[in-house]
Amino acid sequence: MSSHASPVHHSEAPKGWIRHYIFSLDHKIIGTQYILLGLSAVTIGVILSVIMRIHLAWPNVHIWGFANGVVSPEDYLRVITMHGTLMVFFVLTTVPQSGFGNYFLPIQIGAPDMAFPTLNMLSFWLTFVSMLVLLSSAFVPGGSPISGWTAYAPLSAVGEIAGPGQGLGQTLWAVSIALFCGASLMSAINFLGTTIDLRAKGLSLMRMPLTVWGWFITASLALLAFGVLLAACILLLLDRLAMTSFFIPGGEMVSGVLLKHAGGSPLLWQHLFWFFGHPEVYIAILPAMGIISHVLSTFSRKPVFGYKAMVYSLSAIGFLSFMVWGHHMFISGMNPYSALTFSILTLVIGVPSAIKTFNWLGTLWGARIHFTAAMLFAIGFVSLFVTGGLSGIFLAQPALDLYLHDTYYVIGHFHLIMGVAAIFAMFAATYYWFPKMFGHMMNETLGKIHFWMTFVGVYCIFMPMHYLGYAGDPRRYALTDSVHYLARLQPVYVFISIAAFVTAAAQLFFYFNFFWNIKHGKKAERNPWRATTLEWQVSTPVPHDNFAGHYPTVYRGPYEYSVPGAAEDFTPQDVAPEQVAKA
Amino acid sequence: MVSRKSSAGSSAPAVLLSIVILILVGSTLYFHIAKTWWFPAAITPVGSQIDQQFFVTFILTGIVFVLAQLALAWMVFRYRDHGQKARFVRGNHTLEVVWTTATLVIFVGLGVMAAHAWGEVHFGGPQPGALQVEVTGVQFVWNFRYPGPDGKFGRIDPKDIDASTGNPLGLDPNDPAGKDDIVTGDLYLPVGREIELMLRSQDVIHSFFVRELRVKQDTVPGLVIPVHFTVTKIGDYEITCNQLCGLGHYHMHAMLHVLSDADFQQWEQKQEAQNAQAGQ
Amino acid sequence: MPHTSTTEELEIIEAGGGGKPPSFPGRDDDGSPSGRSGIPQRVYVTGIAIGMGAILMFFMAFASAFIVRKGVGSDWQAFPMPRILWLNTLILLASSVTIVRARHFFARGDRESFRHWWTVTTILGFLFLAGQLIAWRQMVISGFYLATNASGSFFYVLTAAHGLHLLGGIVALLYVGRGKLRRLTFATATEITSVYWHFMDGLWVFLFLLLLLGR
Repeated sequence: MSSHASPVHHSEAPKGWIRHYIFSLDHKIIGTQYILLGLSAVTIGVILSVIMRIHLAWPNVHIWGFANGVVSPEDYLRVITMHGTLMVFFVLTTVPQSGFGNYFLPIQIGAPDMAFPTLNMLSFWLTFVSMLVLLSSAFVPGGSPISGWTAYAPLSAVGEIAGPGQGLGQTLWAVSIALFCGASLMSAINFLGTTIDLRAKGLSLMRMPLTVWGWFITASLALLAFGVLLAACILLLLDRLAMTSFFIPGGEMVSGVLLKHAGGSPLLWQHLFWFFGHPEVYIAILPAMGIISHVLSTFSRKPVFGYKAMVYSLSAIGFLSFMVWGHHMFISGMNPYSALTFSILTLVIGVPSAIKTFNWLGTLWGARIHFTAAMLFAIGFVSLFVTGGLSGIFLAQPALDLYLHDTYYVIGHFHLIMGVAAIFAMFAATYYWFPKMFGHMMNETLGKIHFWMTFVGVYCIFMPMHYLGYAGDPRRYALTDSVHYLARLQPVYVFISIAAFVTAAAQLFFYFNFFWNIKHGKKAERNPWRATTLEWQVSTPVPHDNFAGHYPTVYRGPYEYSVPGAAEDFTPQDVAPEQVAKA
Repeated sequence: MVSRKSSAGSSAPAVLLSIVILILVGSTLYFHIAKTWWFPAAITPVGSQIDQQFFVTFILTGIVFVLAQLALAWMVFRYRDHGQKARFVRGNHTLEVVWTTATLVIFVGLGVMAAHAWGEVHFGGPQPGALQVEVTGVQFVWNFRYPGPDGKFGRIDPKDIDASTGNPLGLDPNDPAGKDDIVTGDLYLPVGREIELMLRSQDVIHSFFVRELRVKQDTVPGLVIPVHFTVTKIGDYEITCNQLCGLGHYHMHAMLHVLSDADFQQWEQKQEAQNAQAGQ
Repeated sequence: MPHTSTTEELEIIEAGGGGKPPSFPGRDDDGSPSGRSGIPQRVYVTGIAIGMGAILMFFMAFASAFIVRKGVGSDWQAFPMPRILWLNTLILLASSVTIVRARHFFARGDRESFRHWWTVTTILGFLFLAGQLIAWRQMVISGFYLATNASGSFFYVLTAAHGLHLLGGIVALLYVGRGKLRRLTFATATEITSVYWHFMDGLWVFLFLLLLLGR
């Protein structure tokens, strides 16, 4: 955003391509960089999942790129590990928060940029390096790790004797994640500082858009959770490289080798990992919830139903998210009494999520719904969130989790709620904010085709996985031919795979729509959706300092749609009361 | 574009969305009610309790699922833009209180109900006289150990582990109690008698899972974790590994053979005889 | 924050180019100069506070791992606490006192004395780090390497992590001591550096007690 000599908020962008685009300090460019990073990560992640689905449905089919053309069991495990790691960290944790949040948080609160622009730039580049380190694991001897994105010790801690990829590959994985933790912490500091200190005059907390609330609470979670993961990764690296025994117990005989470690606790890794891991999944969904409230309100032409309740429920979810991590560990050998405590708390955290769903329905009630592509994805989110959330009620009870743990039921559950609902929110955000970001409109017809194929497609992929779980189909199985009761499930595998291919193909509409219309789309007006929040009151393209020197004053809440007595069905936040046209 | 006047769009997206949601709800309900891919019948009393809890949860969440998705489908259709003015409503405090309370009661209520079955599994051990069997997971096989006629398990020393010489568990040759221990690759249990499994692992975390028993428990290196149950039906059941343990995770498979009392005693005697022979 | 003229003397570098940028209104500032950028100085104070939260969680993770590992591990051996750590703790506590003195003189506008005590603090910081290295030596001499026993492992991990964070504080001390600041005023810079420094001090006392009583 600025060079050394000039003041930070001079309204001119820096000259020079490198400083303007590569090492930009402008939150809008950095946000775009994060989105592009996420796009490349999700592309790789989807390709990996297509490979998985081909292999599971037709295990003997030759796939280009694999030794002898066949996906070996270790290859399969490498694929699922990289798929999970890429998707959870580099897609779900970055795009909704560091991508869209970076871009729109400052504008939505009336600020010229984030509080710490240099730190912002560093967080992006550190994230980028982290992803390169992760991807490099595929090219080292032994290849990528096979321990899943959860990297349970001792499998992840004892080194290559535990399996292929568990040597250098696993070390690179741990280093990558550690770097990612650093970048996320830096980003969290930025989001919190910005929201606390840089709000425009009149923008009290209870007038902030729910997107801002989503980003704010997510940043709080990230701030408190990523440090724990960083600590865990450091201890893991020490066990791997320095012969310490944090996670490795004594008497370990692995592949005929008696290890010299002693006294470590595998459960300790799980506690540290999931203490981070559970807030992490809320980090993935909270910005999405904020975005959905925002989009639903805009295209319903109504205020968000129960704004205060929405703020309290976001906060409650954030707070409780630190108290439920044990529900990933009911079967782990953890104290069964703690399991019950975690269970009750997990069921309690379902309550604010349910409240949000009721309020989304309340927002639609009495509305005047415009079915834009963004709105379709927002409505789809609500349906997917209900389904994915309710399957959580089963898993939250240890007596039921006892059967369903580590089966395809869990895969169905977390994909619906994270891998699909959160993605739908990102799609909604893209279709919604594209005009502001690029000055052109996306194609609505292509957007609708994208929506219908994807909405039906994801249900066809992930709903049957619940049935596989009822049948007791274990997770992370490279092949099913060793277990007799899995044989009759093969037709379901084929159905899911075909649905997956169609859904993956449907994303091509999105890619084309996105990249083509950056330049060639219909020119966008300043406020094509006739929306109330501050990002729609600034010109398109957005000026370098967001407001061309005229910082707004906020007079009202963020969702004043269809206000009785007003001439227009939307009243922007920054229009003074005496300026609002009366009907 | 969003204009003030009645939108030129047709009702098509609204109708289509409602129909698609209805179809999704319908098909989900169908496969659940038809139990096309479902749990195998439980063969333990605690398994039946777990199934009962599942049924209650299924009914309650099923009702919520149907109501919520139907509400969404209805709203989307009813409130599509056909020229009406949107209702300016900020919320409803009473509604918030009502649905918060209702949800809290239902969710926590389910959890409290489920505690009973969980307690059956984990709070408190088996009756004295239960048959103890040690289960050891190792990459990528299951080993089962019975104490033999002396009723005592011999000492295990990891230094003695050598699968190639027939000592996969590392039984200490200097411990006489271990001489009559029976080590098998499949699990044999008598019907109707309380069983206590002592779960261990030699290398990484595995997980012992038998669907029909409704038993699943991670086996953790450095820990010995007990589970207890009583089997009520004779038959052969599959044991799978349920925690990613490496390359061969998918074929870490064994069989559980539940035998009548008589058959089990016969089996035991045969094993002891074979052991004694091998010991000479 | 003080508004004396001496404070402004300490701001050696002024904005280059382009006159005064439009001031960013935000909430009411307390009148302190906001440097050359439109960003109010208070964001840096907020930032440090938030950053301390993150750092605290990082160390709490290690601390809880320490407690759990001691509880479940059957092989725990208490390591002998290196004697120099008592001196090190005193040095660090002293440096907190000296930094308070430095800020006192800054507030009074006494630039000379401020610089003096700021430098003393920095030197004490270096001494602490040197002392930590000596402590490591003492551990090695008593037979506790990184992987010898879990208790020792935690000792190294905790002292290394704290030392690295303290080094960051020393870098800040040096940077402020250099006398040239870009976006921050000296008032803000000295405030946040000293807040961070006290945090490092308090954190050390916590870790020291944890290791002493828990080993």
